[in-house]
Amino acid sequence: MSELTASHLTVPAGSPDSGTDAENRPIFVEEKRVLGIGVSTWPGIIAPLVIGVFALGFWEWIVAYREIPPYVLPGPWLIAKTLVNDWGTLSGSLWITLRITFAALIAAVTVGVALAIVFTQSKWLEMSLFPYAVILQVTPVVSIAPLIIIWVGDINLSLLICAWLVAFFPILSNTILGLNSADHNLVNLFQLYKASRWQTLRHLRLPAAMPYFLGGLKISGGLALIGAVVAEFVAGSGGNASGLAYRILESGYQLRIPRMFAALIMISMTGIAIFLLTSWISHIFLRKWHESAIKREN
Amino acid sequence: MSAATDMTRQAGGVHGSRPLVSIRGVSKQFANGTIAVRDVNLDLARGEFVSLLGPSGCGKSTLLRMISGLGEPSRGTIDWPTSIHDATGHAEPDLGFVFQEPTLMPWATTLKNVMLPLTLKGMDKREAEAKSAEMLGLVGLKGFEGSYPRELSGGMKMRVSIARALVTHPAILLMDEPFAALDEITRHRLNDDLLKLWWEQRFTAVFVTHSVFESVYLSQRIVVMAARPGRIMADLDVDAPHPRDDGFRTSAQYADLCRVASEALMKAMYG
Repeated sequence: MSELTASHLTVPAGSPDSGTDAENRPIFVEEKRVLGIGVSTWPGIIAPLVIGVFALGFWEWIVAYREIPPYVLPGPWLIAKTLVNDWGTLSGSLWITLRITFAALIAAVTVGVALAIVFTQSKWLEMSLFPYAVILQVTPVVSIAPLIIIWVGDINLSLLICAWLVAFFPILSNTILGLNSADHNLVNLFQLYKASRWQTLRHLRLPAAMPYFLGGLKISGGLALIGAVVAEFVAGSGGNASGLAYRILESGYQLRIPRMFAALIMISMTGIAIFLLTSWISHIFLRKWHESAIKREN
Repeated sequence: MSAATDMTRQAGGVHGSRPLVSIRGVSKQFANGTIAVRDVNLDLARGEFVSLLGPSGCGKSTLLRMISGLGEPSRGTIDWPTSIHDATGHAEPDLGFVFQEPTLMPWATTLKNVMLPLTLKGMDKREAEAKSAEMLGLVGLKGFEGSYPRELSGGMKMRVSIARALVTHPAILLMDEPFAALDEITRHRLNDDLLKLWWEQRFTAVFVTHSVFESVYLSQRIVVMAARPGRIMADLDVDAPHPRDDGFRTSAQYADLCRVASEALMKAMYG
């Protein structure tokens, strides 16, 4: 082996097989960083930012130029001012929506993973119960939300149930798929060593299901927010809740359109934050080993 | 080398007369009707290195899996006369298995992968770590304890797989074409290191392969199988002393032995 190759591959000297299978070995090259972000990442940040600034500028200009009244279309500057001025009310509503969303997501993860484990331990239970999980998933939440509100009584609990209904299925189905995707040779190996069901679950099936579960979590995070907002719209017409969706309804009735936009922006931002959070969690769990989280230079 | 067709012979014999594994009249028919293995009789002596050599579809892997306990024979018995038997009379053989693929857990480090059999046995974590690190050293992977499988080359992954199989110090190591996917140079090196491990640790080795050269280089004994249905056609002794090294690979004796084994395989395949 020449010195050149050895230093580039950073294989410890005297290791077996150094020099063979080099093409199978991931080679990590340290990338240049500006402000802690890789050089190749910057265009992906700058390009959408430029587009956004131009769009907002055009929006502000057309509103002023055509003298569009704020109750039809407020300019971005007015919306930003409203966001700041009404922060007291809006942040209270944001907090309520966030609480419902995260409570629903946690419930979805708990019930989804637990059911997935139960289903993969017993084919009979899966066969008997899975169709009902599908029915719950395909029934539009808007159409059953009024019923749930009537039955449950407590409005926050009703909203939580609605958001949970929307969020839990991706976690259930993805985790089932993951639990069943363990390498069959590894399953055989566990049989050879007379591993118990619990050992096989803990050391093999759960880790193998992790990438699938995390994929489901990313979808469910967004769905929990959508479920919470949609249910609140339904409940809001009953006139009792005060989450962000209710602020939008209220602003509509009162023709306070800038505030409506401000609430809308807060919902979007929340959705983006949830997506970033779940992506980050996924990255943390998978970065060491899963293909999806590994950077390669080919 | 003598081509013996006496299939029920007491093989090896240096470690006493009772074989480690005794296979009697074993057949395996799959649910779709395919007869994978028919009427196999075979004794494996303690400490010997045996290759199962044959073309694809000759049932050598099926036979290996049945020995491991991963598949039940449709007919016949596989007994472990010298092993501990549980209350129901089933032998609890202490074995290691190496698959054709490395079959490592991608989410676990090299050390955690090797530790798996000990973890499943409920061994104390410290002790298991020490034993696994020692085993990794024996397969030449000292310093790679914290690496993940994706960071290793194909040959290195196979070494981890062998370390995992040997970490319990089993009486028998079953290998299902373990080096088939590796390049020639890596394969030669792994063959040498496997022989060294076997020579030092004295486990019984059963090595499934379709390579005449590999089987002659490694084994004391070659069981030649034929396909459709899978059956044993010849049982050859490889009369060359161990330990063997690269000198053996280039010797006239090796070439002769390969020719004999090749002829036996041809005869088994085409009559």
